[in-house]
Amino acid sequence: MIKTLKRSFAVAKKDMLIFYLKGPVIIMGLVFPFFLFLAFLIGRHLSGEQLFVGLTAMTAFFTSTAVGPTIIPWECRGRTFERLVASPVSLTAILLGDLQASFYFGLAITFTIALPSLAYLSIHPSFGIFLLSTLLAVLSFSAMTVLMSSYPPTDIPADVMMLSSLVKFSLLFISGIFVPLRSLPPYGRWISLLSPLTYYVDALRHALGGGYLPLPIDFIMLAFFGLAFFFVGSTIHGRVLERRFT
Amino acid sequence: MKTIEASGLTKYYGSLLAVDNVSFSVKRGEVFGFLGPNGAGKTTTVRMLTGILRPSRGEVRVLGYDMLDEHEKILAREMMGIVPEMANPYVDLTAMGNLRLMGELYGMGKREIEKRALDLLKLFGLYERRKSKVRAFSKGMRQRLILAMALIGDPEVLFLDEPTSGLDVISARMIRDIIRDEHRKGRTIFLTTHNMAEANELCQRVAIIRRGKLVAIDTPEKLKTLGKGLSVEVSFEPMVFEGSAIDSALRVEHRGDKIRIYTDDPDATIRELVRYAEEKGLRIVSLKTLSPSLEDIFVELVGGKDD
Repeated sequence: MIKTLKRSFAVAKKDMLIFYLKGPVIIMGLVFPFFLFLAFLIGRHLSGEQLFVGLTAMTAFFTSTAVGPTIIPWECRGRTFERLVASPVSLTAILLGDLQASFYFGLAITFTIALPSLAYLSIHPSFGIFLLSTLLAVLSFSAMTVLMSSYPPTDIPADVMMLSSLVKFSLLFISGIFVPLRSLPPYGRWISLLSPLTYYVDALRHALGGGYLPLPIDFIMLAFFGLAFFFVGSTIHGRVLERRFT
Repeated sequence: MKTIEASGLTKYYGSLLAVDNVSFSVKRGEVFGFLGPNGAGKTTTVRMLTGILRPSRGEVRVLGYDMLDEHEKILAREMMGIVPEMANPYVDLTAMGNLRLMGELYGMGKREIEKRALDLLKLFGLYERRKSKVRAFSKGMRQRLILAMALIGDPEVLFLDEPTSGLDVISARMIRDIIRDEHRKGRTIFLTTHNMAEANELCQRVAIIRRGKLVAIDTPEKLKTLGKGLSVEVSFEPMVFEGSAIDSALRVEHRGDKIRIYTDDPDATIRELVRYAEEKGLRIVSLKTLSPSLEDIFVELVGGKDD
């Protein structure tokens, strides 16, 4: 187990060195959420709490899903993937490494944005809830990238980015960032429960004294989504692996 | 002791039969060549041997480990060095960075990685460029680095899929020299190649695969005895030659500034060639008799076409 974790960390280090500075990662992970936040902010009279929740949730969601989906297509395109798969590392460990790369990137950028925002907006959330929910959420979003990169087994990163953007935007609009859960119609509330982002947004609202769902449910669902995404993603990766070489 | 054992290996891609019931074994310390035309199933076989692809049927054992068992496969790979066909190092990492990554994937300690990586960089003539990103490397340098990456874990067995394909003469020669050195150290080497001279020069035994089936497996010298007829190679100055002038010729091939004449009676052919040169006032630059080469046997066995 420790051997697997060490080797998966080597994969994560490689991902961090190579992929963090790729153009699409910077655009989809940093530039894009910044402009989306501006669109969310301008022309609306939002409280500091609402701004903090929107900014933090969008940052965590977009940064932790920016790197992961395209790593394997990039590796296939660069003809490095077979070399990696042929090394003494299981496919699960490779995917765990890719997940870690997304996790570290998402966590670092989220805290870099969220902590100064707290000071600037003069708000004081429950730090324990904020920290735990952010860790679980970034982990869950990172695991989602393992699923996003699993199918189709392509070597064209743009194909995967297009599909993952479609999923991400759909989730963004149903997760209670723009319209709080309690203000959604009943069918909207049911749909929002399908998104892991919903539970993070709700947990952040709990950290600021609000929240709609019970807080333990938010934590449990974030953990559940993370495990499910990784398990299903790894299974699909295992099944389509041969197609990446033929 | 057998290092590699393949038994009844079969691989289907959908309904396409890529490898058909292939069985062979490779002894410890042997350099084993695996030859075949494009599309014959060489790379699919290597991928099954190294556990990258799962065979549709059959068994593979490397160093006694069952390559179809996920746990045993990882243990076997810790003692294997693999150079996949057309593989690249990471171009955004330095040469040293690539070697460090491989060392970590092989579970080596930090100091061990640094020492081994520097030794390999020196061995492969890349030491001066160790801090350069691989993006700036030539194809030959990249291939040398890929081989160095395969050797980082001091493996017992090496799988090299077309390691010298498309390389410049110096890099190809360097890689061949290193393969010879690794063989002298007792490593088992499984080599797929298109280069018959390379196979002839390096391998103790070769297997030839065609349309997914093994058609021959033996030492290069024994395989050559399967060939029909001898040949005589001659070069004149000036190079003037009419194929019909030699009665004993079975077949005549023009090869650059030389003519190769396939014959059952080399003595008669040489006499005819000397007579022809005298009659035409030509100078004989070179004249030699040749037994069938491994390439001749290969062409005979695979029919001279890709699969």
